[in-house]
Amino acid sequence: MKKTILATAVLALSAGVGLAQDRTVRMGTEGAYAPYNFTNDAGEIDGFERELGDELCNRAELTCEWVKNDWDSIIPNLVSGNYDTIMAGMTVTDEREMVIDFTQDYQPPTPSPYVALSEDVDLETGVIAAQTGTLQAAFVAETPATLIEFATFDETIAALRSGEADAVLADLEYLAPVVEDSSGELLFVGDRVPLGKGIGMGVRKSDSDLRDTFDAAISSMKEDGSLNELLIKWFGENTATY
Amino acid sequence: MTSCLHTIQDYGLRSLGIGERLLPREGFTLCEQVTLIGSGMIWNIYFGVLALLAGFFLATALALGKNAHSRWLRKPAEWFIFLFRGSPLFIQFFFAYFLFLSLKSVHPFFAPFTAAWAGALVVLFLNTAAYSAEIFYGALQSIPKGDIQAADALGMSGWSRFRRITWPTMLRLAWPAYTNEAIFLFHATTLVFFSGFPAWQQRGDALYYASYFADKTFNPFIPYPILAGFFILCTLGIIALFGLINRRLNRHLPQEARQKMRLRFNLIR
Amino acid sequence: MFSFCADPATLDRLPWFACYLTTGVHMSFYVAFAKVVVLLLITAPVALAFGFLGAMAARAHFLPVSLLGKTYITIVRGVPDIAFFLFFVIALDQGVEWLRHKVLCSDWDQPVRQGSDFVVCAQAKLPLNSAAQWVHETYGFALAIITFSIVFGAFAANVIFGAMRAVPHTQLETGAAYGMSRHQIFRRILIPQMWVYALPGLSNLWMVLIKATPLLFLLGIEDIVYWARELGGTKSGRFTSYPHGDWRMWYFLVLLVFYLCFTRVSEILLERIMQRLTRGQATAGGEAQRKAGLL
Repeated sequence: MKKTILATAVLALSAGVGLAQDRTVRMGTEGAYAPYNFTNDAGEIDGFERELGDELCNRAELTCEWVKNDWDSIIPNLVSGNYDTIMAGMTVTDEREMVIDFTQDYQPPTPSPYVALSEDVDLETGVIAAQTGTLQAAFVAETPATLIEFATFDETIAALRSGEADAVLADLEYLAPVVEDSSGELLFVGDRVPLGKGIGMGVRKSDSDLRDTFDAAISSMKEDGSLNELLIKWFGENTATY
Repeated sequence: MTSCLHTIQDYGLRSLGIGERLLPREGFTLCEQVTLIGSGMIWNIYFGVLALLAGFFLATALALGKNAHSRWLRKPAEWFIFLFRGSPLFIQFFFAYFLFLSLKSVHPFFAPFTAAWAGALVVLFLNTAAYSAEIFYGALQSIPKGDIQAADALGMSGWSRFRRITWPTMLRLAWPAYTNEAIFLFHATTLVFFSGFPAWQQRGDALYYASYFADKTFNPFIPYPILAGFFILCTLGIIALFGLINRRLNRHLPQEARQKMRLRFNLIR
Repeated sequence: MFSFCADPATLDRLPWFACYLTTGVHMSFYVAFAKVVVLLLITAPVALAFGFLGAMAARAHFLPVSLLGKTYITIVRGVPDIAFFLFFVIALDQGVEWLRHKVLCSDWDQPVRQGSDFVVCAQAKLPLNSAAQWVHETYGFALAIITFSIVFGAFAANVIFGAMRAVPHTQLETGAAYGMSRHQIFRRILIPQMWVYALPGLSNLWMVLIKATPLLFLLGIEDIVYWARELGGTKSGRFTSYPHGDWRMWYFLVLLVFYLCFTRVSEILLERIMQRLTRGQATAGGEAQRKAGLL
């Protein structure tokens, strides 16, 4: 099994060399989703995906350029050809797979936690805040709980603090630093909710060469353990690795 | 066809929380998109109509205030108009939501204002009052001197002069510009859930549902044009309604002048 | 920026802010103000041109052209600008690339639409995939200007159309009496005379245009509202040297002041232009100026 993976990897890597000669790969990201991708003090795109993406391009011998795009239109702009990949903490879901292709995941699926001000909130029927258009919002909509949607993530936390919402449901890696910084005010409560199939890189369906190239590069990073190192560096010791 | 009727039954009033609880999650027929976006229009019309009606009266008061001789009436009216006309609605919604949240913790009376149906309505009401007041003020300034003098000659003064002469003339002069303001306000109602206020239980306006579909299908070329279609229809409705009112406002004018005014109005809007 | 900014965690309040406000991201924030102003200054004349064309088309005697003009005015005015921005830029971009594709790659055998993908040949991409980032940004900026201009052009067309009709008929007849041709009357009398009637409507439109700029981020431009949200949001010490809480309130306050100042300056300038245009006109304002001059 491993051998075949390696063989395809070598094959695809050589295909990557062919690609490199005639195009620059434009990498689309949001730039506002720490620690996955964010704009650092110097105004550059930084984060787990920036570091990972640069290394992947390096291994595939591609010239890569980072492009910021608003989250809401990130997929329409990919299929329209304004950039070639999406690395924006995007969870692989069936819905998204109908429209674009994903590489294998570069972060294992992590269940989403609830955050609240106290342990004894009613997650079953209470008011749960989530960001509009996220997997978490879609999940809460199907539970008996009352969903309240905000345009940005900051507003969901502000709503929790002001008592508008009883709890917030969001990605673990995104909530973790917020809970850590709140010095005990915010707590993880209840059971975590498994959503999606891990995080992968999105590419156009018509661009299968590029997908294979990056797939191979991700495989090689999984093989030699460098992906795990990056995961631990950005998400801490306890994060799920390969 | 019957399945579409069924969809209308399920989702026609979804924006008010009546009907099917879960939004469609796959398939996404054209009928579903049109029905849900249309259902969201209920909120746009609600915000537009109520804000415009209430704003009309405040605008008249503000315009008179700005036109007053007394500094104590003029300055507050001028500042109010400047503040609301000078800043984007986007930012007004942001501050209003923060303000209502902090007021809520002071007194439970303010609790409904953190929800869009009351809070956003207040902001839109103040906003359109400011814009309309500026239009009315401009009209007050251009009321023909002769009209007022004639009223004086007839012994009218105070309230009766205002009600019978100043106010109707002001409206007549301001009407075309006021029609434009009504259209702008109606379009501005799409900002309510887009930036300002949270949506509860997926009850939102037309834009909320349009972006829901755009988000699920990743195809902006169907839901947004549907939304645009609804708004074009409603805009034409506003123009027709305001045209009727305009005709009534000018009904005393000689037939020829009236005809000309109406014709011109239709083309200028 | 400053040499003492090496370790912000140790700084006092004042130098901390000096360092904080001069970080790279804040520079982008300040540049965004310039972007907004530049965009407005370019959009205004372009939208005016669209408006002029629209009004001319609507006035045309040839029915199809006139219908085209009127349809443009009615449709675009009827759609909320947000709804328009959310799909139009992508459509415009695809349209341009499709045209280039037809011209440049006539031997291309694959379909342009593959499922939900829009695929054109590499040469037809605009800008080319290999182009520098600033080229891409400038192109995005140009698309935003065109989109804004189309929307506000429709409103401007409506105003100009009305203003052309408001020019007193006697003035045009005077031109005819002097033996001017239709074309001459249009260029020498109608155009110069209509501005005084169009300006109040156009000024109002300019004010509305200023207030539409927060929607720029929908068009892919990192404008001031984008940065205010981004910079004002809670920042964890893990990802920045300048951690802080939810400061959006303060950033939005800065935006509020900016917009109010911009509005005030515009009001003063437009007032001056109106004064000049009114001079010698047969309107109430012109009459008032004449009397004031006589006294």
